[in-house]
Amino acid sequence: MVARVQLPRTAKRGEVIEVRIAIQHPMETGFRYDMSGRPVPKNVINNFVCRYNGSEVFRAEMGSGIAANPYLDFYAIADASGELVFDWIDDEGKTGSERVSLTVSE
Amino acid sequence: MNLRLLPACLLAAGLMFAGGAGLAQRAADRPQPLKSGLDFAGAEVRALQQDDIANPGMLWVARGAQLWREAAGAQVKSCESCHGDASASMRGVATRYPLLDPGSARLINLEGRIMQCRERRQRAEPLRYESDELLALTAFVATQSRGMPKDVKVDWQVRRNFEAGRALYYRRIGQMNLACANCHQENWGKQLGPETISQGHGVAYPIYRLEWQTLGSLQRRFRSCLSGVRAGMLAYGSPEFLDLELYLAWRAQGMPVETPGVRR
Repeated sequence: MVARVQLPRTAKRGEVIEVRIAIQHPMETGFRYDMSGRPVPKNVINNFVCRYNGSEVFRAEMGSGIAANPYLDFYAIADASGELVFDWIDDEGKTGSERVSLTVSE
Repeated sequence: MNLRLLPACLLAAGLMFAGGAGLAQRAADRPQPLKSGLDFAGAEVRALQQDDIANPGMLWVARGAQLWREAAGAQVKSCESCHGDASASMRGVATRYPLLDPGSARLINLEGRIMQCRERRQRAEPLRYESDELLALTAFVATQSRGMPKDVKVDWQVRRNFEAGRALYYRRIGQMNLACANCHQENWGKQLGPETISQGHGVAYPIYRLEWQTLGSLQRRFRSCLSGVRAGMLAYGSPEFLDLELYLAWRAQGMPVETPGVRR
């Protein structure tokens, strides 16, 4: 699973930063049938969490209504230098992870 | 024929074709003005293509960048081992495809070249058409030409292919009895159901279509059109498709490469 993250590398303390992430995933709805008529099992990223220095700042529980290759855009307040860690898991149990460091100045 | 005269004859034929009335007359075959499919798309789709994080096609480009550096095959070589930094070595490459492959004397497109390199140089297991890996590498290579004008070479060597591609473009096919030209040449800009008919250029491929929910090649788009007009299906990589790719590339000559494009 490829993912692309965008957030500012540096921020001032208290600044609101925009975090954007796109994840490559088929987000199979479970409503489709393959060429032989067999149902294709549902497989979506059901849980996505973003932790900033260990504390959760964003969580998404996605279902079959979310399009393939989900793109998420959310905000966090920069309060200390450290790392944002993104973790997600799909219905097949496959996990993905990304980490990006952020430097916060006074 | 005297064999010593042959090169001269070929040269003369080439000059007639490249410089003569042939191509100048054909300029009327191109839509005026040339418009990208993006110009007919809605504001949301345009915004999606122009934003490098939100554009889902960029995920394949990122995957392609990984594959570029990954060693594969019996030679344990990566693309990078020979070609180095893609931003320099692959710059402008996509603008020149499809072109004549000197080895086989047949047309080859960007996908074909990547597959050929993989089989012959890396000696790795071949990549399938429309596989995620091939789409990723194609998108990655084509993105290095983003913004550069399409600059395909149409000379006497590919004349037969060009004419065949043009003939297919204007031939009515399928149960709907429609040629490519009936929509994309004669009626572009008009409504077909909810869609505005585009001029049908291939400069943004591989493309992320929201309908497909994934990236797809120009030939996948051809196959959608064939199925749309209820014509017989052609296989990926078939010579007819390559001829058509050449004709379309000539038709879009000078248009900037947009890869990875986004369309509905």
